[in-house]
Amino acid sequence: MSILMPDPDQAVLARRAGIAEALRGIVPGEGVIDDPDALRPYESDGLTAYRQPPMLVVLPETVEQVSAVLRWCHAEGVKVVPRGSGTSLSGGALPLADAVLLGMGKFKRVLAIDYDDRVAVVQPGVTNLAITQTVEERGFYYAPDPSSQIACSIGGNVAENAGGVHCLKYGLTTNNVLGVELVLMDGEIVRLGGRHLDPCGLDLLGVIVGSEGLLGVVTEVTVRILPKPESARAVLVGFPDPESAGACVAQVIAEGIIPAGMEMMDRTAIHAAEAFVNVGYPLDVGALLIVEVDGPAAECDYLIEEIARIAGANGAVTSRTSTDERERMAFWAGRKAAFPAVGRISPDYYCMDGTIPRRRLPEVLRRMEQLSVDYGLGVANVFHAGDGNLHPLILYDANKPGELERAEAFGNDILRLCVEVGGVLTGEHGVGIEKRDLMPVMFSETDLQQQQRVKCAFDPKLLLNPGKVFPTLHRCAELGRMHVHAGQVPFPELPRF
Amino acid sequence: MDMIIPGSAQDLCDAVADALREGARLEIRGGGSKAAFGAPRDARIVSMAAMAGVIDYDPAELVLTVRAGTPLADVEALVAGEQQMLAFEPFDHGPLFGAPAGAATIGGVVAAGVAGSRRVTAGGARDHLLGFTAVSGRGETFVAGARVVKNVTGYDLPKLMAGSWGRIGAMTELTLKVLPRPRMAVTVAIEGLDCCAAHAAMARALGSHADVSAAAHVPKGPDRARAITLFRLAGFPPSVEARAAVLPVLLADHGALRRLDTTEAAALWHTAGAAAGLAGAVLWRLHLPPAAAPGAVAALEPFGPRWSLDWGGGLVWLALDDETPAAAEQVRAAAAAAEGEAMLVRAPASLRAVVPAQHPRAPLVAALEERVRRAFDPAGVFEIGRFEIARSGG
Ligand SMILES: Cc1cc2nc3c(=O)[nH]c(=O)nc-3n(C[C@H](O)[C@H](O)[C@H](O)COP(=O)(O)OP(=O)(O)OC[C@H]3O[C@@H](n4cnc5c(N)ncnc54)[C@H](O)[C@@H]3O)c2cc1C
Ligand SMILES: Cc1cc2nc3c(=O)[nH]c(=O)nc-3n(C[C@H](O)[C@H](O)[C@H](O)COP(=O)(O)OP(=O)(O)OC[C@H]3O[C@@H](n4cnc5c(N)ncnc54)[C@H](O)[C@@H]3O)c2cc1C
Repeated sequence: MSILMPDPDQAVLARRAGIAEALRGIVPGEGVIDDPDALRPYESDGLTAYRQPPMLVVLPETVEQVSAVLRWCHAEGVKVVPRGSGTSLSGGALPLADAVLLGMGKFKRVLAIDYDDRVAVVQPGVTNLAITQTVEERGFYYAPDPSSQIACSIGGNVAENAGGVHCLKYGLTTNNVLGVELVLMDGEIVRLGGRHLDPCGLDLLGVIVGSEGLLGVVTEVTVRILPKPESARAVLVGFPDPESAGACVAQVIAEGIIPAGMEMMDRTAIHAAEAFVNVGYPLDVGALLIVEVDGPAAECDYLIEEIARIAGANGAVTSRTSTDERERMAFWAGRKAAFPAVGRISPDYYCMDGTIPRRRLPEVLRRMEQLSVDYGLGVANVFHAGDGNLHPLILYDANKPGELERAEAFGNDILRLCVEVGGVLTGEHGVGIEKRDLMPVMFSETDLQQQQRVKCAFDPKLLLNPGKVFPTLHRCAELGRMHVHAGQVPFPELPRF
Repeated sequence: MDMIIPGSAQDLCDAVADALREGARLEIRGGGSKAAFGAPRDARIVSMAAMAGVIDYDPAELVLTVRAGTPLADVEALVAGEQQMLAFEPFDHGPLFGAPAGAATIGGVVAAGVAGSRRVTAGGARDHLLGFTAVSGRGETFVAGARVVKNVTGYDLPKLMAGSWGRIGAMTELTLKVLPRPRMAVTVAIEGLDCCAAHAAMARALGSHADVSAAAHVPKGPDRARAITLFRLAGFPPSVEARAAVLPVLLADHGALRRLDTTEAAALWHTAGAAAGLAGAVLWRLHLPPAAAPGAVAALEPFGPRWSLDWGGGLVWLALDDETPAAAEQVRAAAAAAEGEAMLVRAPASLRAVVPAQHPRAPLVAALEERVRRAFDPAGVFEIGRFEIARSGG
């Protein structure tokens, strides 16, 4: 545990019983949890190396309750951490000792589906997969498909701007959300966007998506739904090394093909996955590509042939094309189970999420191998190859003293490397607490302060999910200061809300 | 009027610092093609014209970094040379205001959130701006986003910047996502549909395996004997042909489909997507839930509007001769009733002085937006009043 959270406010902790009672006045019955044993299931999210039981858990059921809880906490100076399904891999939903954990799990209803306008309106606790399950009888689906889709909530997807293997072609959450209802920390309820495109004014919806629960609590989401492609086919191609696989990916895109998904696995990941799911991955290759295309059968057939040609030209040593749905699903089964599969070859693993310009892949893999030797820890790579989003899985054993710290240091070096070659700290998992202290590697103090001023516009008291994303907590008054000439504020007539 | 032409981000910082000191306001101008948009105003003009040129373009990475003042036409020619495109299909608004085409800059189209017919399936400017460098109203240079296609590090400020109309900062550099240009695009059309039937046909096509990339409708008018509903199919030839075979079956009850030749198709898309040839002193853009478009158009029938639909009905271009505020109020009311919005694009100065260009937001949203703008521009240097209507005692 090398990341420090802000010191708990002792005055707030001393009022714990009173706070619970006041919140029970808003969310009656089982909706407020304060029993220490009952709090334990909430003590971490998907980043399980970090644990902290919350002061209290509140499980509201209506937007009015959310609003009243936030208004009360705002007035009383009590911090709030929103939580969806708790699958975040960056510690975004990690509780704070002196904060209320606001669980959105009871917001489970699909409110409206409109096939003419191709939208679904859902509550934030609905799981990602449930949206697709609700509309698939009519041949539609919700495109972003994080591997955690059976569990993660759409509210959490909005907060993290979640992606999936199909986002190369269909976009991330942000490209598939049309509107939200949002409760601000002071209890105000606002609606941003709607069922129409490009509303007038600043794109506040655009900044809410990916804001990691720091700007407001999402209580309703309007998403685009798409007609399910008529057919999909996948091809599984083995290469002697990741370099040739990377060259194949570059040529596929250079030839104008944007596959529905294009995933790469390295030797360690291939072996772990094959041992786990037994789907017939070739074991004597240095890298494996899964390329999926979708659309009319004529399109799939044409593209599969093109891809096979390009793969051959780049030194592919094995190639298998799915002939039916069962086989296509089998190709994916190994990739989708890569995390648990790696979990079987190592007591613990730590999943990284940097993005790099694809052309730098060979160099990044080489340097990662060197780091692996230096730190004495193994690494398996799965990789959203089409968009350069790497998921190195660092293998360690938390029971061995010092290994977690070494894994974290290794991970930090990988992320610094991603930024050094022109990439970023996180492609889809979010900054949370995990990459918080690395933010200055990518952004200057001026850049970070500008982002924090946006936070101040939504939550000037910094009560919503504090301690996440930003390495330094600046008070809003301090951030607002500007050098003003001769004590004069320019444009005194301008409204300043 | 003063015109400042910064050659670097530092020059721009100096211009903002001067403005802060002197209590002046700055109008960021790309090509100035939208100069006649919004309320008439008075500010120092900052021309981005000298900050032009490509910084980095790697077609295989699908990423392009350019200086903000680069002409849109140059950017489009550059990416077309690599068989790529700006997928949000930006277009030049100059001609809508009687100005010559060619002045629009990449910074201007992104700041104005301009998107053409492909918006409905490929996203808008917001979906393709990956990162930027800008000078804020504090006179500071800052960056946001990144130069890779997949990134969630920090707040997504590029979304705020796209469509910000120069109100939160002046972009000096932009990084855009580019996509392969489809190998083939064909337009098929049905003639003679009324607004309701056209919407129904477009909704069915957009919700089908035909995977149309755009759908628009141009009603009959003085120079068009029959209404025409357009469907664009783009992609690899075998795919386009397969999908073109789906549409006649899918839309059989609406009439026969005809494949248009490229010239006719281009002219029609230009009309539907960019309101080309939509005459009338007053021009509106209505952004609506598509199914509400026929109702909104019907509600405005008494004004004898000339109109067209794009985005499957999600965008209604509407031109009126009536220059009165009362008519404007009716347009706003029709858009609001449809749970959408109406933007006043073109109007005489007299109307622009009393009717705000942007659809009014709910008070809480307006207040939040104001706080966000002040987060970038505490003193209001970029608040030139384009979207505000002077209020007495306000
Ligand atoms: C096995 C596994 C595989 C994964 N695969 C992927 C993947 O392929 N792609 C991907 O992008 N991610 C992936 N993730 C990460 C994770 O599933 C996503 O980030 C997901 O979006 C989190 O959703 P959640 O409901 O679990 O949110 P939580 O973990 O509960 O919360 C995440 C963040 O969202 C905030 N939040 C939650 N709900 C709300 C709300 N209603 N309003 C405001 N803020 C809210 C929280 O405060 C927190 O900051 C994976 C995780 C696991 C465990
Ligand atoms: C809903 C909608 C309505 C439109 N209405 C009009 C209209 O009424 N009139 C019209 O001419 N066009 C209109 N347009 C079109 C659009 O403004 C132009 O096509 C495009 O902006 C042309 O670029 P330009 O360089 O000429 O921009 P300009 O007209 O110079 O600028 C457009 C806007 O962007 C800002 N801007 C320019 N460069 C930068 C920069 N580098 N950084 C930050 N901000 C910058 C300007 O301050 C201005 O607010 C509209 C577009 C949309 C989507």
